[in-house]
Amino acid sequence: MSARRAAWPFLAPAFAVLGVFFLLPVLGALALSFTDYDLYALADLRNLRFVALGNYWELLHRPLFWAALGHTCYFVAVGVPLSIAASLGAALLLDSPLARARAFFRTALFAPVVTTVVAVAIVWRYLLNTKYGLLNHALGLLGVHPVDWLGDPRWAMPAIILFAVWKNFGYNMIILLAGLQAIPPELHEAARIDGAGALRRLWHVTLPALAPTLGMVAILTVAGYFQLFAEPYVMTEGGPLQSTMSALYLMYEEGFKWWNLGSASAVAFLLFALTFAVTAAMLWLFRRGSEA
Amino acid sequence: MSPRAAKWLVNGLLLAGAAAALFPLAWMLSASFMAPGESGTLPPPLLPAHPTWANYQALFVRAGMGRYLANSLLVSCAITALSLACNLTAGYAFAKLDFPGRRALFRGVLGALVIPAQVAMLPLFLELKYLGLVNSYAGVVAPALASCFGIYLVRQFARAIPGELIEAARIDGAGEWRIFARIVLPLLRPAMATLAIFTFLAAWNDFMWPLIVLTGQEHYTLPVGLASLAREHAQDTELMMAGAVVTVLPALALFLALQRYYLQGLLLGSVKG
Repeated sequence: MSARRAAWPFLAPAFAVLGVFFLLPVLGALALSFTDYDLYALADLRNLRFVALGNYWELLHRPLFWAALGHTCYFVAVGVPLSIAASLGAALLLDSPLARARAFFRTALFAPVVTTVVAVAIVWRYLLNTKYGLLNHALGLLGVHPVDWLGDPRWAMPAIILFAVWKNFGYNMIILLAGLQAIPPELHEAARIDGAGALRRLWHVTLPALAPTLGMVAILTVAGYFQLFAEPYVMTEGGPLQSTMSALYLMYEEGFKWWNLGSASAVAFLLFALTFAVTAAMLWLFRRGSEA
Repeated sequence: MSPRAAKWLVNGLLLAGAAAALFPLAWMLSASFMAPGESGTLPPPLLPAHPTWANYQALFVRAGMGRYLANSLLVSCAITALSLACNLTAGYAFAKLDFPGRRALFRGVLGALVIPAQVAMLPLFLELKYLGLVNSYAGVVAPALASCFGIYLVRQFARAIPGELIEAARIDGAGEWRIFARIVLPLLRPAMATLAIFTFLAAWNDFMWPLIVLTGQEHYTLPVGLASLAREHAQDTELMMAGAVVTVLPALALFLALQRYYLQGLLLGSVKG
């Protein structure tokens, strides 16, 4: 048997799965978003109608859709820089020649990443409790008045961002740490001989050398943070006053609570388009930046 | 700054960071041993006055946590074993076997990494409904049986296998599957470990898809069961903490045991950008 034909049996299982359970549904999502698939169509397919761009048109006129999109963008715009700053800080500390017990610290800082979102979101819900939560208790010792973290529309999203930073920063920390360790030590040595202090070396040597890694990490994190769902589902149920209703949460409610699958698919596609546009723009910017 | 002060600063900051990362987990563990209502007293206690297993007992006897735990184990193990088979064969084919359209297909696999799984969820639900797989273990397992990321990961590892090794076996008359089983798989052991722990943890922690496709409690995985318990028993802090411990601990233990492989996979997965 020739090696050329031999490849297909090796590929067939994976391709069958990806075709049936990924490619087909993705194409189906596009088709679905042009229909009014709802509870009636679910019961009897003859009730299905083609509505062209009707779902998209309606969504663009729905305040809740814009609110959900706005909350998602808020989460991304604030959460991603904070997450990356935390990751970078932790990676720089771990990379420092002064650090002791590095393996322990690396594991400890990374531990939240491998925990289950749902479980630790529940833990945080209690830590953030207005009256009995330890966060407010600690702030109280500093003289800060209790904050109604998850019950106040102004504070609910910041609380979720805080949680997300805690949960996720370890992931990028590992990638950035590998990036830092790949910087040739001669660069630092040369800068030191030229009399550059630690901060100047960080700014002029470390960060430029780390820029490609930082750019990639930023793009991956943005793409991930646009899919915000489990955190508000568990911690706030989208409230208070829908202040933590994310785009994906809206898709979930629209699709699996109200069974408006057509309109929910339109939400999914608009979110995908937005994610794609933002990450593509970032990629373009970083490429241009590295050429300049 | 003197070197001594710098050393204190670096290690002090690391200590503070580690404390912040571990504190919620430590409190979760501590509160799970408190008596019902104990954590809701002022000032909030850090340690249980009289440690008790009562919450774990209530969890397994009354709240059906044993069932969720078994479901999670079953689903995660099935996904890990079966998807390992699919991704290993496909990744190997992309790395070492020559076939028409290889480059174009692989570019397709990489391109698909951009599409978030959530886009496919609504039609996937309908598809599984017509297949009669909604609210079954198969409904959770089937869509996870192959992944573009897994294929990519295996290909990266498999490219390092010397082609002469495979060629020599072919000349000796070994069939393609024999070569795969006898020569390739043993060399891919690190890839298998990496992919296995990655897949298992992803399956164990997955929430949104099981939440959608599992409609009956008897099939709930731990995250779905826990989220539903948390809505019913919002006031039972200590009980919920015990539930969180049962959910988090296996994942954490597995990570600690296979940390090296997990971090290796994380780094390999990130260089694709």
